[in-house]
Amino acid sequence: MIKDQEFLKDIASFCIENSKKLGATDVGVKVIHSVSENVSFRNKKLDESNRADSFAVNLTTYIEKKKSSINSSDLSKSNLEKLIERCIDATKITPSDENNSLPDKDLMSKEIRDLNLYDETHYPNNKKIEFLKKVEETASTDEKIVNTEAGFTENKNNFILANSNGFLGGYKTSNFSSSCVAVSRINGAMERDYEFGSTRFLQDMMKPEEIGKIAANKAIKKLGPKKIKSEKIGVIFDKRISKGILSTLASAISASAIARGTSFLKDQINSEVFPNSINIIDDPKIEKGLGSQNFDSEGVETNSLKLVENGILKNYLIDTYYGKKLNLKSNGRSGGTTNLYFENGALSFKDLLNSEKKFLYITETIGHGGNIITGDYSVGASGFMVEDGELTYPVSEITIAGNFKEMFKNITLANDLEMKYSTNAPTLLINQMTVAGK
Amino acid sequence: MSNFFKETDIDTSQAEAIVTETLKNCDDGELYLENHKSESIVLDDNKIKSSTYNSDQGYGFRAVTGEVVAYSHSNDISKESLRKSSENLKDTLKSKKGTYNHEIPKTNSKYYENINPIESKTFDSKIDLLNSVNNYLRSKGSIVNQVTANFLGEHKSIEIIRSDNQVLKDDRPLVRFNVSVVLEKDGKKETGVYGVGGRQSYDDYLKDGSWKDVCDEAFRIANVNLESKPAPAGEMKVVLGPGWPAILIHEAIGHGLEGDFNRKKTSAFHNLMGQQVASEGVTIVDDGTLHQRRGSLTIDDEGTPTENTVLIENGILKNYMQDRLNARLMGTKSTGSGRRESYKHVVLPRMRNTMMLSGKYSQDEMISSVDKGIFAVSFGGGQVDITSGKFVFNCTEAYEINNGKIGSPIKGATLIGDGPSILKEVSLVGNDMKLDPGIGTCGKAGQGVPVGVAQPSILINKMTVGGTKL
Repeated sequence: MIKDQEFLKDIASFCIENSKKLGATDVGVKVIHSVSENVSFRNKKLDESNRADSFAVNLTTYIEKKKSSINSSDLSKSNLEKLIERCIDATKITPSDENNSLPDKDLMSKEIRDLNLYDETHYPNNKKIEFLKKVEETASTDEKIVNTEAGFTENKNNFILANSNGFLGGYKTSNFSSSCVAVSRINGAMERDYEFGSTRFLQDMMKPEEIGKIAANKAIKKLGPKKIKSEKIGVIFDKRISKGILSTLASAISASAIARGTSFLKDQINSEVFPNSINIIDDPKIEKGLGSQNFDSEGVETNSLKLVENGILKNYLIDTYYGKKLNLKSNGRSGGTTNLYFENGALSFKDLLNSEKKFLYITETIGHGGNIITGDYSVGASGFMVEDGELTYPVSEITIAGNFKEMFKNITLANDLEMKYSTNAPTLLINQMTVAGK
Repeated sequence: MSNFFKETDIDTSQAEAIVTETLKNCDDGELYLENHKSESIVLDDNKIKSSTYNSDQGYGFRAVTGEVVAYSHSNDISKESLRKSSENLKDTLKSKKGTYNHEIPKTNSKYYENINPIESKTFDSKIDLLNSVNNYLRSKGSIVNQVTANFLGEHKSIEIIRSDNQVLKDDRPLVRFNVSVVLEKDGKKETGVYGVGGRQSYDDYLKDGSWKDVCDEAFRIANVNLESKPAPAGEMKVVLGPGWPAILIHEAIGHGLEGDFNRKKTSAFHNLMGQQVASEGVTIVDDGTLHQRRGSLTIDDEGTPTENTVLIENGILKNYMQDRLNARLMGTKSTGSGRRESYKHVVLPRMRNTMMLSGKYSQDEMISSVDKGIFAVSFGGGQVDITSGKFVFNCTEAYEINNGKIGSPIKGATLIGDGPSILKEVSLVGNDMKLDPGIGTCGKAGQGVPVGVAQPSILINKMTVGGTKL
C-alpha cells in the first residue's frame, strides 16, 4: 500500500523543524514513497517478477547563501537526525553563492488541481500474466520470430514537497506500462524491434494483441538490411525518434546551458531558429498526461509555455538558481519540460513520403552523438529507403550527421502527432543530412 | 563493515531462518543487503554548485527456480518487510520445484582496501582543491570560458546471506575526479573532458600535483578540438590509440559475450563458441583481479570470487561471462561476473575490466601503413545492438591520416561497425597496451556499474566514419 499524505508530511515537517533548530535559515525537502510491481515473460514463460517498495528523502539546507544537500532512503528519525546534522555541518563550510535561495513566495503554486494522474486500480500479477501471454502469443505467430520478451509494470507514487517559507504540496500519481521485444531471424542473421505503451490509467493501456503484433511486424520488416552508399539525402525521422529533436532543444534552452554559455542556442532568444510554420509547446496541465504536474521540483507554479512560436524561440526553461543568474523569473521548469510537443505540420504522412523521389527513413538511432555546445550531431542509424513514397528495403550500419542549427531550419512536419510519451513529435523530415555508409 | 540488523527488530539468525525457509524449494537465491554512502561535490561557473551526501540502505531478496527469477526489494529491514517479501517470492514460484545449489567457492584474495574515501579526505580540502583547479585552468588565459570539476566518492558494504547460512561480505571504495573545460576562440567553442579514479582514496590520484595533469589533459583536448575540421564520411582505415578507446572492445565484443544474451540466443555471438571471431593475435580477457581498478571486485554480487576470464584467445572464442543463473542453465560455472547496480536491481552477467592484450607492432608502423583514414585517440561513449551486432562509439579526439602521416584534428564523429566481423578486420595489434584512467560506467537494462577497459593501439582495415564531409 502506498503511504498517505499525512505520513509523508510528518517526515517533511520533522526535517524542516530539525534543520531550523540546528541553524538553517531556509530549508527545502521532498519525501517520496513508491511501490512498483513488474512481471516479465520470455518465450511464453514467466521469466521474472519484481516488487519494489522505495522511500526517499531529499533535503537541502541553506544558511544565508550557503547550501548543501543530503539524500536518504532510511526514514527513521534517528537516521534523519544524524544526516541533518551532517548536512548543516557541510552547509556551514560550503562557500556562499549569491544565487542560492528558495523560490520567490509569489511564484509558488497556490492550489493543487486534480489532473487525473492517479488510478487506484491494482492490476494483480495473475492479470499481468494473462495480459503478457496474449502479447507474446500475437508476437510469435510468424515463424521468423525466434524470441519474444514482454513485460508489464505497475507503479504507484506519492510525494510531499515542502519548504520553510510555508509551501507544502504533493499528490499521488500512477503509471502502467507494457512492452514487447521481438527478435526475428532469416539466414542466420537476426534483428530486434519493440513496442511500448505507457499510461496513467489502466483502462487506457493498448490492447496486448496490438503491442505484440506491432513489435513482431517491425522486427520482421527489418530483416536483410543493406548498407547504403555515403551521400547527402533527406532524412525522415519516425515518430518513435523524432521526439529526440525536442529533447535536444530542451537541453539547449535550459537556463543552466544558457547562463553557463554552453548552448548552441545562446543569444538566440526572439530569433528564428525553426521554419516559421513551427510551434513548440510545453503544457504541464494536460489531463492524464505522462509529463503533467501541478508545480515544478521547487514548488513553483507551472503553466503552459510556447517555447517556439512561428519558428521564433520565445522562452528558456528557467529554474530559480539560473533564473537569478540570468535576471529572469523562474517559469516553473526546475526539473525540465513537462508535456513537450510540436504542433502538427501541414502534410499527411503519405504526402511527406512523396514530397521527393528518394528519402532515408530512420526508425532507430544509437549512440550519444549530439553536442549541445557546438550543435554537432552524428549518430548510428537504421531504417528503410523510401523510393516514390514506398518503403523499399531495410538499411543498417550507417550514420547520419549534421549540425542542429542547420537541421532545425530544415524541418518539415507531418500532421500525425500522437500523445504517447511525455515528449511527442509527428513524423519529421530534415532535408540534406550527410549519411555515411559504404 | 555494516551491521545491517542493528537497530532493527530482527537479528542475523532470524534473517537466516527466513532465507532458508523461503528458498527450500528453489534452485538458487539469497538475501542481499547493502549500505551505500556516496558524495558529490561540484564546482561549476566559478562556484561550488552543489555538495550532496547520499545514504542508502536496503535489501534485495531473490529466489530462482529454473529460468524464473522472483525478486523483492525494500528500504525497510524489518521482520514484517522480510516476511512480506518472502510471501511474494513463494507466491511467484509456487508451482516450481528446484534443488538448492550450495556451491560458492571461498576466497582470501582482496583487490582493494576497506577504506571510506568520503571520510579519508576533509570536506574543506576537497573544496580547496576544486577551487585550485578552477584557478589553475582559468590562469591559462581568457580563452577559458567554463570550468567544471567534481569529486564523486562512495563506500558500499554488501552482505549476502544464502540458504545454508553461508554469509559473504565485501566493502568497496570507489572514487572519481573529473575536470571539464570549455574553450572559446574566434567565436568557436569546444570542450575537453578528463578524469581519473578507482578503488582507492582521492589523494592516491591527486598527490604531488597530479591533479594538474588531469587539468592539462582536459585543456589539451579542448585546444585540439578548437582547430578541428569537419570529419570525413564513409568507410576507411581506422587506427585506435591505446587505453580508453578499448570501449570499442567493450561494445563490439563484450556485451555480445555476456551469458544471458547467449543463453537466450539473442546475441549475434550465440552460435560462435570455439570459432574464429577475430584475427590471429587478438586475445581478449575480462579481468576482475586487477588491484584497485574501477571494474575490479573481490567477490561479485552473488558472492562468487572474481577471476580473470579469457574471452577470446588468438582469435578463437573461448568463454562467455556468466552469473550463477545463466551458468547453471548453460551447464557451466559462474565466472564471477554476476553484478547489480544496487539492492534495487536483479543480478545480470556484466563486464569488469575488459582488455585486449598487447601484440608486436608499434603505433608508428600502423599510421605509416595508412594512405587515407583516421587516427582516434579519445572517445566519449558507445552503444551496441546485441542482436544485430551493430555498435557505435563517439570520437572526442581524432585526426586525419593522409599518406601515412597524421594530419588535422577532426570534429567529433560517430564510428559504426558490426561486432562479430570487426575483430576480423583488425590487421595489426600494437605493443603498447594501456589501461583507461578509471572513468567507465557501463549501462545495461537500466543498471549502471563501474567498469574498466584496456587495449594497445590497433589498426582496423575498414570502418564507417560518420562525419559530414563526403
